[in-house]
Amino acid sequence: MTTKIKAAIIGPGNIGIDLMYKLMDRKYIELDMVVGIIPESEGLKLARENGFKTSHEGIDAILANEEIKIVFDATGARPHLIHAPLLKENNKIAIDLTPAAVGPYVVPVVNLEEHLKSPNVNLVTCGGQATIPIVAAINKVADVKYAEIVATISSKSAGPGTRQNIDEFTQTTARGLVEVGGADKGKAIIILNPAEPPIMMRDTIYTRVANPDEKEITRAVLEMVEKVKQYVPGYQLKVPPIIEGDKVTVMLEIEGAGHYLPKYAGNLDIMTAAAAAAGDRIAQSLLEAKEGN
Amino acid sequence: MGRKIRIIDTTLRDGMHAVSHQFSPDDMAEIAKSLDEAGVDTIEIGHGDGLGGSSFQYGFSAYSDEDYVTAVSKVLKNAKLDVLLLPGIGTKKELEAAAKYGAKVARVATHVTEADVGEQHIKLAKDLGMEAVGFLMMTHMADVKTIVEQAKLFASYGADTIYVTDSAGALTPQGVFERIKAVKEATGLPIGHHAHNNLGLAVANTLAAIEAGADLVDATCKGLGAGAGNTQIEVLVAVLHKLGYETGIDLYKIMDVADDVVVPKMKRPIVIDKNSLTIGYAGVYGSFLLHALRAAEKFGVDARDILFEMGQRRTVGGQEDMIVDVAYELSKNK
Repeated sequence: MTTKIKAAIIGPGNIGIDLMYKLMDRKYIELDMVVGIIPESEGLKLARENGFKTSHEGIDAILANEEIKIVFDATGARPHLIHAPLLKENNKIAIDLTPAAVGPYVVPVVNLEEHLKSPNVNLVTCGGQATIPIVAAINKVADVKYAEIVATISSKSAGPGTRQNIDEFTQTTARGLVEVGGADKGKAIIILNPAEPPIMMRDTIYTRVANPDEKEITRAVLEMVEKVKQYVPGYQLKVPPIIEGDKVTVMLEIEGAGHYLPKYAGNLDIMTAAAAAAGDRIAQSLLEAKEGN
Repeated sequence: MGRKIRIIDTTLRDGMHAVSHQFSPDDMAEIAKSLDEAGVDTIEIGHGDGLGGSSFQYGFSAYSDEDYVTAVSKVLKNAKLDVLLLPGIGTKKELEAAAKYGAKVARVATHVTEADVGEQHIKLAKDLGMEAVGFLMMTHMADVKTIVEQAKLFASYGADTIYVTDSAGALTPQGVFERIKAVKEATGLPIGHHAHNNLGLAVANTLAAIEAGADLVDATCKGLGAGAGNTQIEVLVAVLHKLGYETGIDLYKIMDVADDVVVPKMKRPIVIDKNSLTIGYAGVYGSFLLHALRAAEKFGVDARDILFEMGQRRTVGGQEDMIVDVAYELSKNK
């Protein structure tokens, strides 16, 4: 069989390590190395235990390795701004899970095919990964004039990065609804709920459409839910699409796969699931390009 | 006796819930001008859910934040213009715009356990030269220790004042008293209380807050607000004057504002009915009321069952979308 494309993860935190589990047994991509900056970190220890190379020298350990072609950045916006040009100079494709947004926004099921050759892709936000597919599906059949999403997540699954810059979530998600979802205008709202046991991630998508064809919209939404389920198994429709005049309401619940993060953290799971799916598809296209030569 | 109590009138913000956010800038200017003339210290205006609240989720307001702030700031002579911001709904961008058009006070409202999402907004308010208020919502859902910790977070970001809010109108006077007292002792800052009347206790709870050391309290004309409304300002002023507190408000004038200016603009009377009472009893966010009534009609279920279930699920402020979800489930299980 052909060799797989080698990849690395920068940032062995919750997200990075959950992604590590999701990159096992992939068809085209193979995780080679996990790097961080703290030698005794729990994440690096887990990576070693699972048989991956590790380094606490950060990105330098990856740049020195020519075999690594795809790098997932699960650090933060500021570090990624430093990492991005270094990765590009060294011909490594960056899949950015931070809010830095150096490259174009990508939601695998919607627009990854357009950006397979991009040196850097950004995964928007968890709310964006969950809701943009639905907006894109509705837009295709009904022309979305305005899209508004409400993401409700458990307080426990919102880390300090999200909390200290909550505006970044709403603004980035709103831009994603327009740029990737195809809405003319977008708005995003995020709510943190501290209930115990923690709640699952919930998303409500409201759209105002030009052609409120109930049958077509319902079909498009159901189809899209099935497509997203292929890489996010816990993605489900909570209430059938509600169409009232030109307003369409869709409600979702996202249960995490429970790889490393708890199941309620569907918001984090959908990011790592999207990253893994994007990585595998990009790896496949790199392999095809190689064979083509 | 004789202590000065600062009253923030929220007729033009919390009251917007009761009119489905449909006041016009002219309505707001007229009411705000008469409140100012009656001697009200601070006037909060805007969409019921604060800056950026206009949405499918909460209802679209008739005009933009900018229209409201501009219209009201033009007519105020003495009163300070106040805006509310719920991080996750409104952003720094909207706060900057509100400041530019004349807002002087920013109240940054978070769920009682989530003050840290408001850090950047409190700091921005201070940078803009505004008075910054850390506004803890739904405080009936947390114990005193948690409330104190969260209040201290707001204080550490530079908040000038901390509010301990009973967004569900679910607290009784003793609960208000112990919360206010603890936060006042722990922070040493001016402390405020915002009450709702779902259990018929808004004035009593406001008094309990003042007795516990609160320096500021919220109230609205005729009690106009979410659920069964807020503390009725003209009643509160009468009670406080009777007890010898100073408010700076002219009692006759505030009665006139309530009855002659606000009443003609109201869409429905503010009363404790079976549904608003259920909100207080179940401890759910006051603005769920009209959303629950609409969902109850659409799905053929009792609004009280929806509200109770919302309480069971420990929903927080802003989760209006969950009402549809719950109503749908209730209708399926019937």
